[in-house]
Amino acid sequence: MAALESPLPGTPTAMRNAFGNVLSVLILVLIGVLAFSIRLFSVIKYESVIHEFDPYFNYRVTQFLSKNGIYEFWNWFDDRTWYPLGRVIGGTVYPGLTLTAGTIWWGLNSLNIPLSVETVCVFTAPVFSAFASWATYLLTKEVKGSGAGLAAAALLAMVPSYISRSVAGSYDNEAVAIFALIFTFYLYIKTLNTGSLFYATLNALAYFYMVCSWGGYTFIINLIPMHVLLCIVTGRYSPRLYIAYAPLVVLGTLLAALVPVVGFNAVLTSEHFASFLVFIIIHVVALVYYIKGILSPKMFKVAVTLVVSIGMVVCFIVVAILVALVASSPTGGWSGRSLSLLDPTYASKYIPIIASVSEHQPPTWPSYFMDINVLAFLVPAGIIACFSPLSDASSFVVLYIVMSVYFSGVMVRLMLVLAPAACIMSGIALSQAFDVFTGSIKYQLGASSNSTDDAEDNTSTNNAPKDDVSAGKTDKGEEIVKERSSKKGKKKEREPADKPSVKAKIKKKALVLPLEASIVALLLLIMLGAFYVIHCVWAAAEAYSAPSIVLTSQSRDGLHVFDDFRESYAWLSHNTDVDDKVASWWDYGYQTTAMANRTVIVDNNTWNNTHIATVGTAMSSPEKAAWEIFNSLDVKYVLVVFGGLIGYPSDDINKFLWMVRIGGGVFPHIKEADYLRDGQYRIDSEATPTMLNSLMYKLSYYRFVETDGKGYDRVRRTEIGKKHFKLTHFEEVFTSHHWMVRLYKLKPPRNRIRGKAKKLKSKTSSGLSSKSAKKNPWV
Amino acid sequence: QDLQIVNAERRIDLSSHIVKAFLTLKVENIGKDPAAEMLLAFPPTQIKNLAMVQALATTGKKKKKTYLPLDVKPTEQPDAPNDTGYYRVTFISPLGPGETVSLEVLYILTHSLEPFPVEITQSESQLVYYHDSAVILSPYHVKQQTTFIKTPSTRVESFTSIEPANRAGKEIKYGPYENRASYSYTPVIIHFENNSPFAVVEELVREIEISHWGSLQITENYRLTHGGARHKGVFSRVDYQSKRSVSGASSFNALLAVLPPRVNSVYYRDEIGNISTSHLRTGFRKSELEFEPRYPLFGGWSATFIIGYRVPLEDYLFEASDGRRYLNFTFGCPLVETIVNKLTIKVVLPEGSKDPSAVLPFTVNQELQVKYSYLDIVGRTVVVLQKDNVVPTHNVPFQVYYTFKPIYMLAEPFMLVSAFFLVFVASLAYVHIDLNIVRK
Repeated sequence: MAALESPLPGTPTAMRNAFGNVLSVLILVLIGVLAFSIRLFSVIKYESVIHEFDPYFNYRVTQFLSKNGIYEFWNWFDDRTWYPLGRVIGGTVYPGLTLTAGTIWWGLNSLNIPLSVETVCVFTAPVFSAFASWATYLLTKEVKGSGAGLAAAALLAMVPSYISRSVAGSYDNEAVAIFALIFTFYLYIKTLNTGSLFYATLNALAYFYMVCSWGGYTFIINLIPMHVLLCIVTGRYSPRLYIAYAPLVVLGTLLAALVPVVGFNAVLTSEHFASFLVFIIIHVVALVYYIKGILSPKMFKVAVTLVVSIGMVVCFIVVAILVALVASSPTGGWSGRSLSLLDPTYASKYIPIIASVSEHQPPTWPSYFMDINVLAFLVPAGIIACFSPLSDASSFVVLYIVMSVYFSGVMVRLMLVLAPAACIMSGIALSQAFDVFTGSIKYQLGASSNSTDDAEDNTSTNNAPKDDVSAGKTDKGEEIVKERSSKKGKKKEREPADKPSVKAKIKKKALVLPLEASIVALLLLIMLGAFYVIHCVWAAAEAYSAPSIVLTSQSRDGLHVFDDFRESYAWLSHNTDVDDKVASWWDYGYQTTAMANRTVIVDNNTWNNTHIATVGTAMSSPEKAAWEIFNSLDVKYVLVVFGGLIGYPSDDINKFLWMVRIGGGVFPHIKEADYLRDGQYRIDSEATPTMLNSLMYKLSYYRFVETDGKGYDRVRRTEIGKKHFKLTHFEEVFTSHHWMVRLYKLKPPRNRIRGKAKKLKSKTSSGLSSKSAKKNPWV
Repeated sequence: QDLQIVNAERRIDLSSHIVKAFLTLKVENIGKDPAAEMLLAFPPTQIKNLAMVQALATTGKKKKKTYLPLDVKPTEQPDAPNDTGYYRVTFISPLGPGETVSLEVLYILTHSLEPFPVEITQSESQLVYYHDSAVILSPYHVKQQTTFIKTPSTRVESFTSIEPANRAGKEIKYGPYENRASYSYTPVIIHFENNSPFAVVEELVREIEISHWGSLQITENYRLTHGGARHKGVFSRVDYQSKRSVSGASSFNALLAVLPPRVNSVYYRDEIGNISTSHLRTGFRKSELEFEPRYPLFGGWSATFIIGYRVPLEDYLFEASDGRRYLNFTFGCPLVETIVNKLTIKVVLPEGSKDPSAVLPFTVNQELQVKYSYLDIVGRTVVVLQKDNVVPTHNVPFQVYYTFKPIYMLAEPFMLVSAFFLVFVASLAYVHIDLNIVRK
């Protein structure tokens, strides 16, 4: 530092800093452009369309919002889903995403830019990933300076894990929530570094936005208390910590309670318990520090014993009450998804509906490599860099990565939370490594040409440009408003920030790497980065861009498009009565309501297990029983997805065991063993009669044998067991071009003929198969 | 009545769902005064489905025949029996006593083939009724007349026989009948097979947006139905795919749209996204877009879709001699062999254009609207033309005249530039103004 400031007072440093600032702004803009454009592969390769399942629901809600306004939205009772129960959308949806896109749409339209709601929805995710990478820059800058920030932002802009959730068209909560998450963390760290109430308030607002956007906000409200606790335990308590935490809990909880879907859960459920506990602790600690400040050491000791004894008693009572409250509820006050996070085996034991979702499965090792790629190797280096030296901010990111690694190990979906942490860590690691290597190269070159000063200038400028800015400015006595407001904080911030640069300098002096080694290491690092970029572009283009409602396959004679889903949804929407009810497995509920505008029985918001089990039971029952169930639900059409003709693996036959399991969970006459032959799930001639007579089997394979004469199923790679059969209670009304979607209509009940009324024979099938060896139906 | 029809020949083409009738009339003035016009009469069942009536006067003998278009207007007659509808044909020059004139009349009927049975299954073919009269309904005495009716296939279930009448192959001949008094009417029913696509566009909204930056953007919103016999019961994909000839004979799954030449940026989609089955052939004189709806259309099924495309402005926008600009574009629906029940054409003029007026060869409803598009402030004038019961013969050019000053084109770029400029000025001001209360 001293070496830097003494030879160059004034203009050249300022110029260089100004140049550096402009450069980093430019780089940030480019990172934003990169983050946006890498997510456009889906639009270029496919089309500008909403993807998958949940985004269709969000799209439909946004359409409703833009058409009917905000008040109608809050009061929206949707009678087109969960028939005959309906669903209160306004009170059960996280409104952040919808309100964001709705606001953008409204803003654009009031400027007379006539973009459709769909276009806005499609591009919301890419826009917010640009915001997220900027937020990452800010966060990492607070931790380790702007060099690391830029590296982390660039890494986050194209991390595959995040791309998978935010390609254009993937209009899901996570798209904006990740931005909100990072930004909340940034504001927390910023408050922690500055101790400014202004940032603390902003932090509460960002937290509010996060609560609006995604159920994952509980991650924030648990992680921050843990960090606060960590700081207190390691003796890092400071008034800044108090400022950073206390307003967040008070304001944040109040704001969170305003979101209808959270409401009183913000104080009642166990997910929020940690924050209140830590809130109490930090007050106790703050009080102790305060008293310590005003009392003489002797008096203080007396006071401590007094307070501790009373405090312990009070705490004990409070904790006892809380524990009793929590223990009185069966799940301990935790929601199913949170519980399955704490106990990874919980869902598969008790809630098959959560376990049946593929993204709730634990990830495999290759998926780590797929989703965060080389970052997995850089993270340890980043953690080490964070420990030298350990500041409040860097301890936070270390805690963040540790927690998110655990969560991502439980649910593959939470890989998304890991991604920003991994990017921040890797950004820090890369930037530190580059610092060391370029520093030693410059030193070596400088030593040979006897101009050490220049080299040192450059390295240290890179290290801490921010400090120079404030330093230069205070010298001149010109300070703009913003800088002034956070001046106090900046002084404090400088202490920890100064340390690393000084320390780095000492290390550099002592530990300069040989020139060749540094150059080779640099090249290797650049290669690593290049590999990462190639992988990310590949992942964005090939792996994560498919909208999943339209499939393509490349064959010798060109590109084949399988647009069967939309074909049948369009058919439903134009050729059936507007109030007809369509039954299908819950996966297709959102799409049916959004694209076909028909009432569905169950949908992807799996809030009512019994209802889903009813549909599962109907699908697993023989025709007559199924007809009765569906008829009692007022169902007019049944939709099944069948991939056997073209080899589309995620069809209903492959999901069928889950229907049996979920159905059997509520209606015990459905037994999984009846559908398995010797523990094996099969549909060929060896399959059990229960399986071959189930509605799902019949609806899927009805007249399938007539396509090729044998009935060869290309997904299961076998000939089907029962080939020629007739349907008595259902009739085929539509089958899409590639047979992927088949629609059946319930036949009206027959006129009763006197004396011929037959009684339904209840199927009693012998449990031939053993339950022990279940075959994974996802294979 | 001073006129009589010496000889009449009528040819009715029933091969598609648009019924075309060609009348060749030889009209004689048997009165004492010159006649300036004559009337064409239509029964009330036909008059509401009449899409278009055109008349030509023929002059010259066989080889050197020339045709002159005549003015045809719907009209009312006070003494019309049984709600007969009339069209008035004005001769080029009044027809003197004893003179004769030859006329060629074309009239087009829509929705005149009535499916029977009303509902058919996938394997049945479609049978329809056609109602008409064996003799021509006319307010004049007709000395001699013949009617030929052409059916699409040889399969004719039944037809009313009014002697002399006979059928040969695809043609049914009524007549010749001699000396029928005015307003003679002998109803006939023909029951025959017609599997041609009954493509009916229930509503078509075409929006033509003029941009003086060099292109014309056309967006067409279709609501298409199959207007034939309703589909009943099962739709089996197996049968549809394997026995294409006998299964769903009356259904259709491919449509052809004739678009202007030099068309570009064509898209075909519906409200839930792109539809992947389309094929565009661009040509020198016209472009053809061959496309399929998402699913084959059976009787009573409907589908909606949007076709959009862009054409270069210089092909369609011209400057009139009085300095006004005019758009010269084709009316009607680009789909071949379709009926449009309700057609709305919206011509969106550029912002700042004035005095719009539309010129069409037939009457349509006109109104003016205002539309706000990209960064508009005063909005764009929209000329809305609306017509019911449109057939492909309506695909004729029409003109929309308006005045426009090119300086308006710069309004939006200027707004953008000034907005950016203001942003920079504001940030400059923010950086340089010290808002602190306390001086340091």
